[in-house]
Amino acid sequence: MENKVQLKINNLRKRFGTEVVLDGINLTVNKGEVVVVLGPSGCGKSTLLRCMNGLEAISEGEILLDGEKITAGSKEITKLRQKIGMVFQSYDLFPHKNILDNVTLAPIKVQKIPRKEAEERAEKLLRRVGLWKKRKAFPRELSGGQKQRAAIVRALCMNPEVMLFDEVTAALDPQMVREVLNVMLELAEGGMTMVIVTHEMQFARAVADKIIFLEKGKITEEAEPEEFFTNPKTETAKEFLQSFVYEKHKIQ
Amino acid sequence: MGNDIFSSEALFEAWQIIKTQFPLAIWETIYVTILATVFAILIGLPLGILLVAGEKDGILPLPSWLLQILNVIINLLRSVPFLILMILVFPLTRLIVGTVVGTTASIVPLVIAAFPFVARLAESSIREINPNIIEMAQSTGASPMQIIIKVMIPESVPSLISNATIAFTTILGYSAMSGIIGGGGLGKIAINYGYYRYKYLIMILAVILLIVIVQIFQSIGTYLATKTDKRLKRK
Ligand SMILES: Nc1ncnc2c1ncn2[C@@H]1O[C@H](COP(=O)(O)OP(=O)(O)OP(=O)(O)O)[C@@H](O)[C@H]1O
Ligand SMILES: [Mg+2]
Repeated sequence: MENKVQLKINNLRKRFGTEVVLDGINLTVNKGEVVVVLGPSGCGKSTLLRCMNGLEAISEGEILLDGEKITAGSKEITKLRQKIGMVFQSYDLFPHKNILDNVTLAPIKVQKIPRKEAEERAEKLLRRVGLWKKRKAFPRELSGGQKQRAAIVRALCMNPEVMLFDEVTAALDPQMVREVLNVMLELAEGGMTMVIVTHEMQFARAVADKIIFLEKGKITEEAEPEEFFTNPKTETAKEFLQSFVYEKHKIQ
Repeated sequence: MGNDIFSSEALFEAWQIIKTQFPLAIWETIYVTILATVFAILIGLPLGILLVAGEKDGILPLPSWLLQILNVIINLLRSVPFLILMILVFPLTRLIVGTVVGTTASIVPLVIAAFPFVARLAESSIREINPNIIEMAQSTGASPMQIIIKVMIPESVPSLISNATIAFTTILGYSAMSGIIGGGGLGKIAINYGYYRYKYLIMILAVILLIVIVQIFQSIGTYLATKTDKRLKRK
């Protein structure tokens, strides 16, 4: 794998009021690398992703994309964001636009590429996730899994260099989780640089090149998936992983 | 017998007035109301959007003193009773139209009275949008202007149409009131004949026509709002 640095976070600190939510984060994501961020609820995973996209202003440190600094509210932020695709838990498709318009809106209006070209791009991607038949449908006519796949296509349609996923399957029924995770696995195999927050441990293990364990705003473990899942170093990580294991007669 | 509103002379006289004056009055009422609504929207819609987008954590943060001033102006204008506002803006009306009486002249005070109301309606429509969607648009690298034009407005069209209909019917009511001091249309007829000359039949008819106009525009508005709402189930 190439070792070109795609995303670099140096000593990132984020406060909400007086509460320190991210506390000295250092992270390097190489081109084509898949980093999965794990950690208990409220440890700052979503905040970390939002900072990477400039949706949240950071308090200290810096985030560099291809060596360019990401600063919320700056003039360059709109240019930089075009290189970062983001998918949230709640899909957030535009409810009054059909799927094709949802997917091509940003390429046409923000990147200013010709409609025809945007639609060709969209067709390729929508076919890949099995949604081309649904291109004229409105979001309310789609299942949760279909909506989430459409949301992923919408982000991909911008030809981003990095994709950020924040618990994209958390609101889905089990059968639909699979179809969305498959799309992400395929992307990873295709060499996309990705940062993923998920609670699907099997998937994390399969997709990740690197696992980051976040605890109270600090990275307490950074390891290859096999190592992390078989031999977690910190007590919290052990407990965290244990919470996904179910055994009979253990619940009091 | 003479003051029986349904006597044959009364009916004949009423018919003469209806024939000669109503068509023009109906036209004046509709024309004034539509024009005033359009101008009120042209001013009020951008203002309403600015009230939301310009907030501290909005997509186009404005200095808070500016936002404060806009809010004060809107509240001030909204709390002045329409007839008094009409008199207060006489100088402005004279400046723009050249006169303060007549149908066209009444458009100026109507717009001044209605645009703050329209701004508040637009503000509430824009606030109904799911904030995640705005954030989503931001995350694609869209500029504030692109978000306003391509996401905020299109995503609130059904609500904006409903509210435009409310604005229209409210402005229609104001325009009828403007008949008291110089405005034209059905309001003027109702007041002139009903209030000054006790021709109640004419007044009632004018009122009925106002109600019919409201019903027609309300139905059109409701139809369009439903038709443009893609979140609703089909059928
Ligand atoms: N806009 C905000 N204002 C104030 N505090 C916030 C805000 N957003 C998040 N926080 C706080 O920051 C902390 C981290 O939140 P975050 O959403 O990043 O956690 P998370 O790891 O994504 O949790 P989960 O797994 O439940 O999604 C929490 O304590 C939360 O209360
Ligand atoms: Mg979260």
